[in-house]
Amino acid sequence: MNFDMSPYGAYIWPAYGVSVLALGGITLWSWLRWQWAKAKLAALEKKT
Amino acid sequence: MSPFATLLVRDVKLAARSGGSAALALSFFALVATLMPLGVGADLRLLARIAGGVLWVGAVLAALLSLDRLFQGDYEDGSLDLIALSPLPLELTALAKIFAHWLSTGLPLTLLSPLLALMFNLPPVPTLVLFVSLLIGTPAVSAVGAIGASLTLSLKRGGLILPLLILPLLSPAVIFGAGAVSASMDGLGAAGGLELLAAFAFGAVLLSPFATAACVRLNLGG
Amino acid sequence: MNWLFRYANPHEFMRLSGAVLPFTAIATALCIGLSLYLGFSAPPDYQQGRTVLILYIHVPAATCAMTVYGAIAVCSLLSLVWRHPLSDTAARAAAPLGAIFTALGLITGALWGKPMWGTYWVWDARLTSFLLLLFIYFGYMALWNAIEDETKAARAAAILALVGAVNIPIIKFSVEWWSTLHQGESIVSGKLAPVFLAPLLLMMAGYMLLFITLWMVRIRTAILERRATVLMQRGTA
Repeated sequence: MNFDMSPYGAYIWPAYGVSVLALGGITLWSWLRWQWAKAKLAALEKKT
Repeated sequence: MSPFATLLVRDVKLAARSGGSAALALSFFALVATLMPLGVGADLRLLARIAGGVLWVGAVLAALLSLDRLFQGDYEDGSLDLIALSPLPLELTALAKIFAHWLSTGLPLTLLSPLLALMFNLPPVPTLVLFVSLLIGTPAVSAVGAIGASLTLSLKRGGLILPLLILPLLSPAVIFGAGAVSASMDGLGAAGGLELLAAFAFGAVLLSPFATAACVRLNLGG
Repeated sequence: MNWLFRYANPHEFMRLSGAVLPFTAIATALCIGLSLYLGFSAPPDYQQGRTVLILYIHVPAATCAMTVYGAIAVCSLLSLVWRHPLSDTAARAAAPLGAIFTALGLITGALWGKPMWGTYWVWDARLTSFLLLLFIYFGYMALWNAIEDETKAARAAAILALVGAVNIPIIKFSVEWWSTLHQGESIVSGKLAPVFLAPLLLMMAGYMLLFITLWMVRIRTAILERRATVLMQRGTA
């Protein structure tokens, strides 16, 4: 794989960086919320 | 008087009485038109070039000011429930309110616009185009605005979210209206923009009462 | 229409989505991974140099932004007209994803534009339409949050989404008309050589699969959260 970006590196890496951060972030966040919802429901069901 | 006319007259009177929504809108419009040159500089050629856009945006924002009260007054004191129960279909009620709003804000703004255009050094023909475009376009602002007003009518701070909801939807009006003015400045003829604006306004006034009535119902019905 | 309503039952939806989710997740990773490998292995484009790499993440983001709004519009229609129960939940769950795709489309578009046209932001017809689309997403999400009664919020949001759906083609048309008026630049829409087409299409598939995966996760989360709320209310009752 070729990683030589000159002279556009300053544009390409931030573009990929932002995309990875945003999509990775929402993926992680969605997964975390799922885990929390599961845990909360399990705790509530144990009580009843 | 028909129920439609009764509602119309009542709303216009209410608007005139309660803090004069026309005066408020006109002042706001004039203020925006005053602040702009302070912001961009007094180069008359530049001002003439941006006049169409500035005045169109100013008119839209000024018309927005009184929108969140379109239904709220009646909603809060219960008259909206009574109006909804009346034999007049809710869609026609919405149309009456849109018309009343236009009469008390859009129309006065349109009438003021040539004076403001003068301050922007806009030549006579583009000024006429601006006037016509606002005349055709401000009904669309009231119509689309009514949808926003009915969506947010149960919110106490609905006024904050209302511009966010309807300004994107109004962008075609600003584009066609201001575009007609700048086309006429460039000698390209304003007919295209004005026709598109008329089509947009016609569609908006025709369809908005249905969406508005649906939103009023959902807020009343619960 | 009946098959749609079968999965309106939350239990059915949980069952189906739970079964499908691992596959869509793996497919997402495969598509994106393969696309990245192919994309970074290819030689620079004749016209665009290495900036074609940005296109690989700009076009899919922009396409997904529009697709997600279409999905929200369809869900809103199902909710208003056919009273399909899960539609509201689905529409609300999709909105933040659509907003993120739109924002990414704008940012990557600007970063692609700077080397191509010299400035980060040109009032190009497509970018401007996307900016307005971003505001439409914000308004949609704000409306959901503003109205306290969930049922009312769902109905209002559905109406707003449909009004937006009617308006978006008009907005696109008006912005395009406007940009020809001012002789704006248009995005260089050259044909891409096949060596560049493959990574682009793979990334497009990857983004779509990512949306479907995350969408299902978020709907499932919403269903669980609602069950928890019901249990809590019963507990206090």
